[in-house]
Amino acid sequence: MHIPDGFLNTGVSVATGAVAAGVVGYGLYRAREELDERSVPLLALCAAFVFAAQMLNFPVAGGTSGHFLGGVLAAVLLGPWLGGLVLTLVLVVQCLGFADGGLTALGANVFNMAVIGAVASYYLFALGKRLLPKSRASFLAAAGVTSWLSVMLASGACAVELAISGTSPLSVALPAMLGVHAIIGIGEAVITVLVLSVVLAVRPDLVRTYDLAGPAPVLADSEVNR
Amino acid sequence: MEARKKGIYVFILAGLLVSVALALLVSPWASSAPDGLEKVAEDKGFIEKAEETDPAWESAPIPDYAVPGLTREAVDEETGEVVEEPTKLATALAGFIGTVAIFLIAWGLALVLKKKTSEKAETTP
Repeated sequence: MHIPDGFLNTGVSVATGAVAAGVVGYGLYRAREELDERSVPLLALCAAFVFAAQMLNFPVAGGTSGHFLGGVLAAVLLGPWLGGLVLTLVLVVQCLGFADGGLTALGANVFNMAVIGAVASYYLFALGKRLLPKSRASFLAAAGVTSWLSVMLASGACAVELAISGTSPLSVALPAMLGVHAIIGIGEAVITVLVLSVVLAVRPDLVRTYDLAGPAPVLADSEVNR
Repeated sequence: MEARKKGIYVFILAGLLVSVALALLVSPWASSAPDGLEKVAEDKGFIEKAEETDPAWESAPIPDYAVPGLTREAVDEETGEVVEEPTKLATALAGFIGTVAIFLIAWGLALVLKKKTSEKAETTP
C-alpha cells in the first residue's frame, strides 16, 4: 500500500504530511514519558519484526499480493504512540533505504499506515476491548477484528487521497482498494492474532495493553496475606 | 527482578532471530505479484503516473529490496526477452541488512528519546 511518487498532487502530499508530522511529533513527545528500560528493546524488536514481515508478500486472488502492515500489532504491544513511531520508522527506512514508497508520498504513507493503521486503529481496538468481556480470547478477537479494519481504513484513506489528487475517481478507486484489501486484511488479522497469541503465551507482561491480569492478582495476593 | 530483566533479553534475542530468519530465509520466496495498490493502479490505468514520474529520492542504497550487483539472466514471462533480475541472495541479504539495521536504529532512537526523560526526572525533584 506504499504510495509511489506521482500518484498524489502537492496539496494532498502537503496536507497528509502536515497531519502525519503533527501526530508523529506528539508521538515523540509521548515516547519520552513512555519509554523505559523494558520498552526500548521491545520497540526495537517490534520495528525489526514489522520490517521483516512487511517483506513477506503473500498471494491473494487474481495475480495480486498483499503483505502485513503491523500497525495494530505494534500498538497493542507498545501502546498507540510507540506503535505509531514503530510504523513511521519502518516507512522512513523503507522509503530512504529501499525505495519503497515515494519521498513525496512519505507523509501520506505515514498518515495511512502509522496514523490511521496504528494510532487511530488502536483506539478502535481499545473500544472493542472495552465492549467485550475481559478474557484472553476477546482480547485477541478485538485485535484481530481491528487489524482487519486498520487495513480497510488505511486503504480507504489511500483511495480518497488518489481521488482528491485526480489520479483515480473515488467511485473507481475506493471499491477496488477496499475489495482487494478486504482479503489482504484477513492475512493481517491472522498474523496479528498469531503473534499476539505467542507473546501472550510466553511473556504476557510484555504486552502493554494486556491489562486483564493487571491489578486483580495483586489484590488477590494482598487479601490472601490478610 | 534481575531474572525478569534477563528474561526480556532472551525474549528480544529470540524475537530478533525469528525476524532475521523471516527476512533472510522466507523473503526470497515471497510473492512478487503486484500488491493491492499496484494492482488497482494497473487495472484502473493510472500506474503510468508513477512510471512516468522520476523518483524524488534516488539514493536508496538497496532499491527494491535487492542488494545491487547480484543479478542473473532470466526470461521475461510477458515479453520473452532476456532480462537481468536480482537473485534470491540479493533479496535475502537485503532483508537481513534491513532487519538488523532497523533494529539498531530503533534501539538507538528509543535510547535518545528515553535519556531525555531520565535527565528530566533527575533534575526535577
